[in-house]
Amino acid sequence: MGIKLTERPQAQASGMETLEFKGTALSDEEFKGGKVVTVSGAPNAQYGWDAGVAIGRFLHELKEGRLIGTFCRSCNRIMVPPRMFCEWCFRNTDEWAPLKDTGVVNTFSLCYVTWDMKRLKEPEMPAVIEIDGASPGMGIMHLLGEVDPKKVQIGMKVRAVWKPADEREGAITDIKYFKPM
Amino acid sequence: MTEEVAIIGVGYTAASPVTPEVSYREMIYEAAVKAYQDAHVKPKDIKSFVCLSEDFHEGTSIFDEYVPDQLGAVLKPVHTVTGDGIHGLIEATMHIQTGLMDVVAVEAHSKASNILTPFHIMAFATDPVYNQPLKMHPYYIAGLEMNRFLLETGNTREHCAMVVQKNRQNALDNPVAAYGAQVAPDDVLQSRPLFAPLSKLDTSLHADGAVVMVLASAKRARELSDHPIWVKGIGWCSDSPSLENRDWAQAVYARLAGDAAYRMAGIRNPREEIDLAEIDDTFSYKELQHMEALRLCREGEAGLLLEEGTADLDGDLPINPSGGTLGTGFLYEASGLYRVLELVLQLRGEAGKRQLAHVNTGLAFSWRGIPTTSGAAIVVSNN
Ligand SMILES: [Zn+2]
Repeated sequence: MGIKLTERPQAQASGMETLEFKGTALSDEEFKGGKVVTVSGAPNAQYGWDAGVAIGRFLHELKEGRLIGTFCRSCNRIMVPPRMFCEWCFRNTDEWAPLKDTGVVNTFSLCYVTWDMKRLKEPEMPAVIEIDGASPGMGIMHLLGEVDPKKVQIGMKVRAVWKPADEREGAITDIKYFKPM
Repeated sequence: MTEEVAIIGVGYTAASPVTPEVSYREMIYEAAVKAYQDAHVKPKDIKSFVCLSEDFHEGTSIFDEYVPDQLGAVLKPVHTVTGDGIHGLIEATMHIQTGLMDVVAVEAHSKASNILTPFHIMAFATDPVYNQPLKMHPYYIAGLEMNRFLLETGNTREHCAMVVQKNRQNALDNPVAAYGAQVAPDDVLQSRPLFAPLSKLDTSLHADGAVVMVLASAKRARELSDHPIWVKGIGWCSDSPSLENRDWAQAVYARLAGDAAYRMAGIRNPREEIDLAEIDDTFSYKELQHMEALRLCREGEAGLLLEEGTADLDGDLPINPSGGTLGTGFLYEASGLYRVLELVLQLRGEAGKRQLAHVNTGLAFSWRGIPTTSGAAIVVSNN
């Protein structure tokens, strides 16, 4: 006997009636203790992605403590992260465009759990930073730091905080975070 | 076919063992620019984009999200097919036959060199309960198949070695191929046994590369192209995946995929009506096995065709004039598109030093590789 979606049983003020389910209940412990037969495995998947021209130059500049984009003469955009072709105009980009390491918060989130769902008292603050010198809407994805979470705002001016030169390795993490100016 | 469809543009990069100078985006962009130029289209003319990729080959989950930029497909209908490039051509053909799209692009690529653990990834495609715990290099599956195929058909290791000789030799005249070489059959027979009877030289090597093709409805094809290559028949098929129960001697998936394509193309006698064939040769014996399955010869006679030189460039039925996968390289999802690329160039008369005389109808067949039993066939013609 099915239940029509339009006729969902309503919980009564006097309490729900006891429902009997068929089958065998299993607890978390029983799964973990191997009482339920599963087969475990994990892939050994490792990659070395070619950076190519655009990403390669971007990473090189990060190591030098600089940001760089590319310019498309056709749509007049300065794009960051850089690319060797414009995805709007479908043509090669024309020039490299050195950029500042400052910008404006386009959007942010206050994250009170880590990626594996552990509680955080002090939130992580991912943000998209529209980089000064690049076209509107052109930004890089990073973290905010040295700022009270309550004070973070969209439109806030921020500056990159770099790792010391001898610790930089040509990675997005060569910038530690962006902090308010 | 109900609505006629043609390949009107091809763009490609030369296959290469490594391509550190370009990202996958830059590599695909190069192929796309060339294909659109060849087809006389702009991205705005293309109504739908079909891509081929496997997340584990790319190292990015939901990789299909990363394809629009380099194809000029931003804010356009885009989707990915998990299969070989010929599956993508089939998909594009059907898009056009719906009447909804009149121009469709297909893209496949390989950044094989970026996969640091390719055989672990390949082994991860075998059954996790029955097969993976044995912890074998997955090419053992080719060894098993080769052994049974040779036993049942009477083809020999020497015949397999002749496939290697022919295809690597053909590749020498193909600027797109990465592994052209002069290899004597004895070199193959004496090369290190890897998964016996499969030896090192029986095995294709990985390569990087990208291919983009543009397909169009008959009306648009005639408007845009001076040399449309018509899709006459398509077919694809998957056998049961089980290693325990599969047919180890015959490529049944190839037989059924080929028959479907022939039926659609109105081909009754493939041996007579097909002028050239580009068929999967990921391992030497696969070319022989696929020849027989695709009715390019009778069962057990593939080796004979090699002996007689029928499959050579100057033979009656040239097979893998491009060099095939042994000569071009194993390019994952792009392998099938490199096979079709050769058909397009040959049927247009643009194959340079390896141009064949009097060719009008070609067959391409791709296999999805270890450990699969999936294949796709396409018959194309220049008239
Ligand atoms: Zn532009």
